[in-house]
Amino acid sequence: MEILVYGTINSVSLALMGLGFAMVYGISRVPNFAHGALYIVCGFVTWTLFHKIGLPYFISIILSLCVNGVLGILMYRFVLIRVRGMNISEIIASYAIGLAILEGFRFGGFRGMTYTLPVFMEGSLMIGSVPVDFHRLIMMVIGILLVAGLWVFTHHTRIGLALQGMAQDERAALMLGIDSDFMAMLAMGFGAVLAGVAATLILPLGNIVVESGYHVLIMSIAVCIVGGLGSWTGAFFAAFIIGYAQILTVVFIGSHFQMVVALLAIILTLILKPSGLFGQQKELEERV
Amino acid sequence: MSTQESRKERINRGIKVRSDGLYALMSWRELSYLTLPRFIMIAGMLSLPFLMPDMYWQRVISIVCIYAILALSFDFLAHYVGLVSLGGAFFIGTGGYIAGILNSYFSIPPFLTVPLAAIIGGIFCTLMLLPCLPLKGVYFAIVTLMYPLFMARVIEAFDIFGGTDGLVGIDSFSSSFAEQYFVIGMVLIFLFGLRRFVTTDRGLIFTAIMDNDQAVKASGIDITRYKALAVFIASAMGCMAGACLTHIYMWSGISQFALDFSILPIAATVIGGSGTLVGPILGCLILVPVSELLRDFGTLRIVFYASILVGFILFKSGGIMEFGQRKYEQFERWTKI
Amino acid sequence: MTDPILKMNGLSKRFGGVKALKDVSFDVFPGDVLGIIGPNGSGKTTIVNCITGFIKPTSGKVFFRGKDITGRPPHKIADMGVTRTFQVMRPYYSLPAYKNLVIPLFSPRAKRTGGWRGGGNLGNRQTIAIDILEDIGFERDSYIPFKKTSTLPTGYLKRLELARCLALKPEIIICDEVFSGLSMSEIASMVPLIERLQDEGITIVMIEHRLRELFQVANRVMVLNFGEKLIEGTPLDVMADKKVKEAYFGSEEVEEVMTYA
Repeated sequence: MEILVYGTINSVSLALMGLGFAMVYGISRVPNFAHGALYIVCGFVTWTLFHKIGLPYFISIILSLCVNGVLGILMYRFVLIRVRGMNISEIIASYAIGLAILEGFRFGGFRGMTYTLPVFMEGSLMIGSVPVDFHRLIMMVIGILLVAGLWVFTHHTRIGLALQGMAQDERAALMLGIDSDFMAMLAMGFGAVLAGVAATLILPLGNIVVESGYHVLIMSIAVCIVGGLGSWTGAFFAAFIIGYAQILTVVFIGSHFQMVVALLAIILTLILKPSGLFGQQKELEERV
Repeated sequence: MSTQESRKERINRGIKVRSDGLYALMSWRELSYLTLPRFIMIAGMLSLPFLMPDMYWQRVISIVCIYAILALSFDFLAHYVGLVSLGGAFFIGTGGYIAGILNSYFSIPPFLTVPLAAIIGGIFCTLMLLPCLPLKGVYFAIVTLMYPLFMARVIEAFDIFGGTDGLVGIDSFSSSFAEQYFVIGMVLIFLFGLRRFVTTDRGLIFTAIMDNDQAVKASGIDITRYKALAVFIASAMGCMAGACLTHIYMWSGISQFALDFSILPIAATVIGGSGTLVGPILGCLILVPVSELLRDFGTLRIVFYASILVGFILFKSGGIMEFGQRKYEQFERWTKI
Repeated sequence: MTDPILKMNGLSKRFGGVKALKDVSFDVFPGDVLGIIGPNGSGKTTIVNCITGFIKPTSGKVFFRGKDITGRPPHKIADMGVTRTFQVMRPYYSLPAYKNLVIPLFSPRAKRTGGWRGGGNLGNRQTIAIDILEDIGFERDSYIPFKKTSTLPTGYLKRLELARCLALKPEIIICDEVFSGLSMSEIASMVPLIERLQDEGITIVMIEHRLRELFQVANRVMVLNFGEKLIEGTPLDVMADKKVKEAYFGSEEVEEVMTYA
């Protein structure tokens, strides 16, 4: 029972972390290695607005999500657009931006255990024999709503469909009058907002520390690779696989191995089936 | 009102045209035109230990060289074989730990552990990366980025080789003089060795694999073998650097798998000029000392070199070498059109 | 009749739900010039990929000189002497033209056979490379073989693709649309080259859209449609066939081709 409950919670939080990365890669083919940094940015901005400026919690969250979105858009507009299509430059550039942001925060004094955000709702609930606090439940509900919302958005709205079209074939989308750079910029913004959403949902459960930026990046890459780069439904299911695998290792082997499992998942997936568990088969393009 | 427009014209220097390719050298002047940059490079590197004022900066020289070897191996893999490995730390860490283990468990002296670490580490890294060799582009980059993290976590989780404390009390080189000249010599040997190697027929195959691996296969060549060879060369270099690092700091630990060792060589390569092999070394000569100067600012130096990296990728993707080479080989003048 | 040098047996390939090849069987005999034609998407290139090991057929077998080579890696198959050109030309763009040939000359097969015509000693690969290029129509004593591949026009690139096969001293060359994208005069100069290769005893499989030139050089033609073999026979037989007309030609062009032949 414990495994089931915590496994699900862990999986949803992994899915939240991975969604933004999967979305950006799926639409614009830019591996956004600054994803972890965006996550942390949102945490610290919310903290500053809430504790230093004294805005209400809800408003500071909304504001910091906006900040994140704008940051993502700016990052695309001024940096990534110039290296678009050069895979390695994309990785290096976005990773360098992320590194600069994260280490900048560390330098700026954001370190240690002092930075926490309040949970949405105090108290806890018993599911079977396992106590679960309300915040985790809210996180799960919002997480699942978010995935459902994303699905509706991409399948039933104009922009969503345009994004999907671009994800499938950018040139064809261009010919149909879809501005691919604008769409990629939007995707980047959305991805940043999603990272922010993940941050506001997950960070109240612990401290805001710079290290978790790297952790989030690795986990989101793990989720996306296992699910198949570019497919966010795949990422969602992969989150459950990795999530349960991690909880199982914690219970049966030891918490030290939690990260080993995630990294092993990435390496094994790439070696055995590089297109991921749910990715489309691209026999000729990726290996052979 | 000036409606006159100009454009910049670039013309190869006559001496460059004559001495290019055919090597029909007519005079000492032409000979020196070709050899001067190389000579300055070698002499400069060799005289560095004398130019540095104190122990601290001499130590920095060794670190520069270690990063330079790593950057060389990155440049070779990325721009001559087409395998972009973000796992410099994997090589450093493996080499470092092997040297550490050999020295502290079997008390083998440094001058033996370094070559041993290079060979054993090279084989180990190649075997580990062997299943990933069919991967391309982003996929290979991500998997190599994960390896050092994985190794660090494995060592931490199993608590082997000293666990989080690392291996301590490892012998240093016999003298700082030996240490510096050893690493400097290694940089120069690897630099000129690789430059020669990539232009041989065998080296051309690597370039061909980078351009188009399908056609190489259709030519009846087993590309996995050649990729493995390339990875062995690169990882042996990286492991040797790691072994030197271990002996310089007399310590090997998990932080040798840190991302620093993956990102700085890449930054140096981009800044110096990717695909030139000399560029990465220049980049290290600039980046490492600057980041040492900024040591007091703590992590700000990472911010600093990350931003330089982004700047270079965006605006000067050719790097310093391309710029310098152009100035050395071509006239530039404004002409009216 | 001699044994076939290359034999397909019930070759099928399925990509997800799409059946690219359905039970295709055919033989190639030594000295043949076999043309494979068919509309776009009829599985021609898939056949090439299956023979040369770039993709594995879902079912069916490929035999070379009676030996089963199905699913062997591409370099092993090339090592036996089954070479191919690519439809989308794949030169090594960062190398000059003659250095493109150093790669195949470095292969184990070239070392064994001595490469292009020359017996035994391979000597300097770069000079051999230039010899081959001259033979295949690059002007000698010009700067063209030394030019970066990325600056060469299509005609030269197509020849370079062929030259890369020749450097291996092949037994079979499978040409994937060597004529496409060439001007009429370039094609005209390419045809005698193919005929000469045939005279030298190299078996050739040609996948082609340019029917007129193909029918000129081919002694047998196979027609594919939606992954299925429609008919196989001499060029005249094929042109006379009703099914082929319906499936592929469209009436006008048939008349034109037939009057030419």
